[in-house]
Amino acid sequence: MTSHRNVLDQLKRFQSVLALALMVLALALMTDKFFTVDNSLNVLRQICANLCLSVGMTIIILSGGIDLSVGSMLALSGAVAAGLLKNGVVIPGTDVFIEVTVSGAILAGLLVGTVLGWFNGLVITRFKLPPFVATLGMLSIARGLTMLWTGGFPITRLGDTFGFMGSGDVVGIPMPVWISAALVALSVVLMTRTRLGRNVYAVGGNERAARLSGLNVNRIKLLVYTLGGTMSGVAGLLVTARLDSATPTAGLSYELDSIAAVVIGGTSLNGGRGTIMGTVLGCLIIGVLNNGLVLLEVSPFWQQVIKGLVILIAVAVDKMGARKSGS
Amino acid sequence: MTSSAQPPDDALLEATDITKSFPGVRALDGVHLTVRRGRLNALLGENGAGKSTLMNILAGVFPPDAGTVRLAGKPVRFQNTREAQAAGIAIIFQELNLVPELSIAENIFIGREPLNRFGLVDFERMNADTAALLQELELDVDPRTWVSQLKVGAQQVVEIARAMSFNARVIIMDEPTSAITEHEIEVLFRQIKRLKQNGVGLIYITHKLDELPVIADDLTVFRDGKFVGAKPFKEVTRDEVIRMMVGRELADLFPKSPPQVGDVVLRVRNIYLKHPERENDFAVRDVSFEVRRGEVLGVFGLMGAGRTELLQTIFGLHPGTSTGEVEIAGKRVSIQSPQDAIAAKLALAPEDRKAEGVVLELSVAHNTTLACLSKIERFGFLQPQLEHALVGGYVSRLRVRTPSIHQAIVNLSGGNQQKVVLAKWLATEPEVLLLDEPTRGIDIHAKKEIYALIDGLARSGLGVVMVSSELPEILGVADRIMVLCEGRKTAEFSRAEATEERVVKAALPGGMNH
Repeated sequence: MTSHRNVLDQLKRFQSVLALALMVLALALMTDKFFTVDNSLNVLRQICANLCLSVGMTIIILSGGIDLSVGSMLALSGAVAAGLLKNGVVIPGTDVFIEVTVSGAILAGLLVGTVLGWFNGLVITRFKLPPFVATLGMLSIARGLTMLWTGGFPITRLGDTFGFMGSGDVVGIPMPVWISAALVALSVVLMTRTRLGRNVYAVGGNERAARLSGLNVNRIKLLVYTLGGTMSGVAGLLVTARLDSATPTAGLSYELDSIAAVVIGGTSLNGGRGTIMGTVLGCLIIGVLNNGLVLLEVSPFWQQVIKGLVILIAVAVDKMGARKSGS
Repeated sequence: MTSSAQPPDDALLEATDITKSFPGVRALDGVHLTVRRGRLNALLGENGAGKSTLMNILAGVFPPDAGTVRLAGKPVRFQNTREAQAAGIAIIFQELNLVPELSIAENIFIGREPLNRFGLVDFERMNADTAALLQELELDVDPRTWVSQLKVGAQQVVEIARAMSFNARVIIMDEPTSAITEHEIEVLFRQIKRLKQNGVGLIYITHKLDELPVIADDLTVFRDGKFVGAKPFKEVTRDEVIRMMVGRELADLFPKSPPQVGDVVLRVRNIYLKHPERENDFAVRDVSFEVRRGEVLGVFGLMGAGRTELLQTIFGLHPGTSTGEVEIAGKRVSIQSPQDAIAAKLALAPEDRKAEGVVLELSVAHNTTLACLSKIERFGFLQPQLEHALVGGYVSRLRVRTPSIHQAIVNLSGGNQQKVVLAKWLATEPEVLLLDEPTRGIDIHAKKEIYALIDGLARSGLGVVMVSSELPEILGVADRIMVLCEGRKTAEFSRAEATEERVVKAALPGGMNH
């Protein structure tokens, strides 16, 4: 009986891999464009921003929270970096103008994301607002700030050095893929091999037990949201560099894709259960699906319907598996 | 075993061969229970005997794996509590099941409110019907009163009124007297008598054998999920009942080595804790005590006596609302959070294991190291081999039965989960162990192991404070016994002085003055 169960468990563990493999196989058979190096790199390049957001989202959801503001934080981080790079800093009331280097702009973008995420964490831990509400507020605040900063117009032509981060290659692999892969690797180590990672699982699994075991729950949550903000910042830089433009509507409704990737990857929205690698698979599934539907010339309206159905099916299958092994 | 006799026609409810398993435990193994019209069947058994499981099956909370339930001769199988209710089975849980922010009438008719011709709730009729019920039950309060304003005893009467309002034929009561005063108990017993006269059959779950002569007509005993026997109450003696409940294991259930008491390791002075809801009232009031190395201090009290709150306060869970001094190994410590408590070498195994003790999603290993991750960390990274060694050591020392240390703890039995909780705390190398109901909801064999563990830990030099609501456990395990009542310390006995009667008397409100 145990071995039978183990087989099922193994299958369950690889159910997203299986789903992805089936999709790849089907698309390879149905179109001749899908299974090419160019298209594969294209899929990877397209999922990078979502991957960065989703890795942060996974950590937040594992801690028992949620972050609806990732798309807006992405936009503001990208816009601040682009604006500084393009226009420099003019000290108000003077004619003093400071030029900002590419690395300065990158740091500023990351800093913006980090501070916004930290603010989310502060509101959640200090004022005890539910994460849903706190980050819903930030969703609007950061979007509004982006509009104010850009005046509602895109900031474009940011230069080749900055653009390399978005469209350059190293050994044939696009830069965004390198960057998000590094982020994934760091996050996997963080979640499996450090105290913080272990603490996040414990807080998401049972906050009271975690607190009674001496974990500083508020500090852990604050760190988690801050980290989520930083990763939104990374995503913002990637998107901006790739398009060579920071648009005020960048990242609009990206939070939904990112939550979808986390959920398809098998992470429980109740926290405490899930993995970074699951989310990577979730991102790949969404990316392949998007790409495949375009190649198959499915209308964009139907694409949305199909994507929604895939999310429902993925979670339903996961739930059924959980119920079976639970009883 | 008398229950196998042919069912007499006055049998209202008959449960036969009921079996139910949960992951890791067989909670019920072919048990029987018969309730007759106008009679009260006292269901007895230690914690973990399966009483609550059977009750939940009868009330439709979950179905049995096997066995039949007959109601007035007809087999029934409830899918949910609503069906059980409709069939006339009412259950009064120990933790009362009322909505505090609704009125008495709204609670009684919740989910089946009478409607007027506009399809809106007919409050007039609801309140009038409730008033009639309350009058019958001699509870003199307005039906519009919020339930949160009633005392526990009165809330129980509301539950009985609810049961009566849907003409329940069978009423199940789970330890109804564990949290109410003597006077309220008298009122309850009068209600029970009245229900019996009206032909209602009752199942009454209790630990208190002294109550039985007043109310019981039949008794049924379970042990470890198995049926032990059922008899008319008149035909058994008290000793026989105890033997049926505990079996032969009573004598060696509590392995007790002679205490080798050392210095005072925990001294607690003038602990006060504000009541969470009532202003100018205290949940813990001026409690002082000390524990020596090698000693087990038992803390006994009824529900609401402040036992759990006392431990929580010492452990730093109520920093803003409590005052008092704590000294550990002679050193004054300020404990404002569990982190402070752990740093001061305190450990607390909480009462509600699933809600506060373990993280169900995590493995045995990850639960064990949760409070001491710094020990398995090198250069900022957790070291699996250090973790395996540490966890493996505790798993074998505490005899945790698990296929692997990577097993999710949710798949372990309650007793083994509790051992993991103990392992987690021992891994922090504490000086004082605070245990809140350490054997709640675990089977008798695991209990015995836990008792042996507590004994062994005390012998190794720890100070142990054990809160328990089970008298035999307190009397069997503790070297000294402190009794709490309504937040106050009312008595302290040495092991030799303590008897069941003395401890209970000190625990009852008003008991001090009589």
